[in-house]
Amino acid sequence: MGRYMLRRVGLMLVTLLAISFVTFWIIQLPPGDYVSTLVAQAEARGEVISPERMAAMRARYGLDDSFLVQYWNWISNIIFRGDFGDSFAWNRPVSTLIWDRVGLSFFLSVSTLLMVWAISFPIGIYSAVKQYSPGDYVATFFGFVGMAIPEFMLALVFMWIGVKYFGQSAGGLFSPEYVDAAWNIGKLMDLFSHLWLPVLIIGISGTAGLIRITRANLLDELYKPYVITARAKGLPEWKLLLKYPVRMSLSPFFSTVGWLLPGLISGETIISIVLSLPTTGPLLYGATLSQDMYLVGSFILILSALTVVGTLLSDLALAWWDPRIRRSYQGS
Amino acid sequence: MQQTRTSEPTGRRVLDTDAPYVLDVRDVRTEFQLEDGVVGAVEGVTLQVRRGETLAVVGESGCGKSVMARSILQLVDRPGKIVGGQVWVPVPPIDPETAKRRRGLFSRKKAPTIPVVTDPDAPEGMVDLLASDPEILRAVRGKRISMVFQEPMTSLSAVHKVGDQIAETILLHEPVTTEDARKRAIELLRRVGIAAPEKRVDAYPFELSGGMRQRVMIAMALACDPELLIADEPTTALDVTTQAQILELLKSLRDETGMAIMIITHDLGVAAQLADSIAVMYLGNVVEYGDLAEVFRHPKHPYTRALLASVPKLGQSRGRRLEPVRGMVPHPFARPSGCTFRDRCDFAQIGRCDVAPPPLLRDDDGHEVRCVLYEEER
Ligand SMILES: Nc1ncnc2c1ncn2[C@@H]1O[C@H](COP(=O)(O)OP(=O)(O)O)[C@@H](O)[C@H]1O
Ligand code: SF4
Ligand SMILES: [Mg+2]
Repeated sequence: MGRYMLRRVGLMLVTLLAISFVTFWIIQLPPGDYVSTLVAQAEARGEVISPERMAAMRARYGLDDSFLVQYWNWISNIIFRGDFGDSFAWNRPVSTLIWDRVGLSFFLSVSTLLMVWAISFPIGIYSAVKQYSPGDYVATFFGFVGMAIPEFMLALVFMWIGVKYFGQSAGGLFSPEYVDAAWNIGKLMDLFSHLWLPVLIIGISGTAGLIRITRANLLDELYKPYVITARAKGLPEWKLLLKYPVRMSLSPFFSTVGWLLPGLISGETIISIVLSLPTTGPLLYGATLSQDMYLVGSFILILSALTVVGTLLSDLALAWWDPRIRRSYQGS
Repeated sequence: MQQTRTSEPTGRRVLDTDAPYVLDVRDVRTEFQLEDGVVGAVEGVTLQVRRGETLAVVGESGCGKSVMARSILQLVDRPGKIVGGQVWVPVPPIDPETAKRRRGLFSRKKAPTIPVVTDPDAPEGMVDLLASDPEILRAVRGKRISMVFQEPMTSLSAVHKVGDQIAETILLHEPVTTEDARKRAIELLRRVGIAAPEKRVDAYPFELSGGMRQRVMIAMALACDPELLIADEPTTALDVTTQAQILELLKSLRDETGMAIMIITHDLGVAAQLADSIAVMYLGNVVEYGDLAEVFRHPKHPYTRALLASVPKLGQSRGRRLEPVRGMVPHPFARPSGCTFRDRCDFAQIGRCDVAPPPLLRDDDGHEVRCVLYEEER
């Protein structure tokens, strides 16, 4: 197991290195560089920057150095100082822009995920155990409807209902008086009172999908011989279901749980835009439109790193969950 | 059918023919309600097992042996449904402490109730599992009656240690601590002939061979000293050498513990090695029942005779092709009227065998047969 993990972590580092190269290459991709962008902005304001000042700036930012040197400056700043470069569009360091939003995205996504799990697992299990019962039909109906309705439409409908019948806007995560306030109990409560709607909207299709998946996985296990063996021991039905077939049916779930990690940060872009949530999605979207390359690059880097880490976590979770996989690692 | 070489049963065991029943199955019917119709997998099976007796249930594949055996402990999977009959077993002792461990999630009952038997036909001191509280059923499962299944590869949970799976049964039925249950699991593994049981107790099923897994299954079934072990084709999935070892093991465990066994097999050789009595099943019915030696020597039902004729005899040349029973098992939706064996029977009489199911005939020695040919003898 130890050697296996070492190999996996080594592989992960190599992958991350490759990703960072590609990211930096993408950052460099648009024609021109940082200074020419600044010049263009200055000209738009009617100012003129002298060629001497341009040269000085180029030297200061190392823009005439080779690709590798520039890459090293960029990545070492990130690793050692948490400095992701500057955003042209916002005229601020990227790091001051993203972490707030990453935090909120993470919070929103984790809340959604917990809701999705809390609802779908019990309903999925019930649906499988009572296959073709009225309850199963209701769950199935909800499942298909939930998967079929686009989230942005749900969001629009909810906002419309909010405005029309409650006279309040359903968007945002904070009331106006708290938007720029420092964190305190009031702001936290305000966040919770706004949170349920986006959580509900974002969670609906995931809940519907997971109900279907849980049901299908469990149906595969429910009639296997080992379940009959357990029943023949005299175990009560609910205990036996949870201990044997439900546990087995969660293996595929564990093998994908780490992939949720990047999604936790990137969030639901469309919904966030529709509901004007201050999460990372809209920021990334805007940055891509305005070719704000350091901001885009930072996102790409963070999301890729999370994907790679998530995959590793998935594999480890699965090994922890399923002894067959654990033992096969110990052998290798 | 597949056979192993049989010989005349020798060294017969002496059975107490007055011993009380540990299982009394009466007219049990189990159906599968499928989209295209109803399949009667078990159509009124009646049989008894006495304390210490070994009963073999034989018959071709698909004749309902497994469904019948599973109906006893209500282990038939959907869409199977037990639609009639009774399964009488001795009233199980219910220990309040372990009963808690077997209690259902939504059961509000403080203590399980000993069922009050009102049926005037009820045998003394017994309960009908099909009519009793689920708690009674759970107290019987794994404790008084336990089962070993055909597929040792899939009958154990792949993600739990074998020792834990054995200990679980003990904890469900006996007021012992986890450590004691584990010690007993090790002891049981030793008893079923698994080497280094202290180590194997922590093994996962996928780390064991098929034969060892079946030994684990047997250890699990023996965990609470059952009165009756139901073994459903316990050797069919194993290679020939392992088959013989497992049969030997069952035999020695039986002689050691005095438990009764119902062994289900399509192999008459297995029946001959182990059983005291035999029930021959055809399409959901017991068509012949009796003392094993008697049935082997004087088979009555044409189906039993055909089965026995298809078994290689000692001294018969190896290469000779055996004659299987003529014809094919009919499709479940196209069973003949009257005697279901009619279209494969060499003695079928038109006007008699096709009009009504043949009667059950019983001679003075308890040899039963379901065939019109023996009506005259009465
Ligand atoms: N899960 C099932 N669904 C539908 N029919 C079944 C199922 N299991 C068994 N049967 C029916 O019951 C009959 C008896 O099956 P089984 O008891 O397994 O036979 P045996 O054990 O004697 O080989 C089969 O022929 C089949 O028609
Ligand atoms: S009842 Fe008729 S058809 Fe059935 S076994 Fe006897 S002789 Fe054959
Ligand atoms: Mg079978």
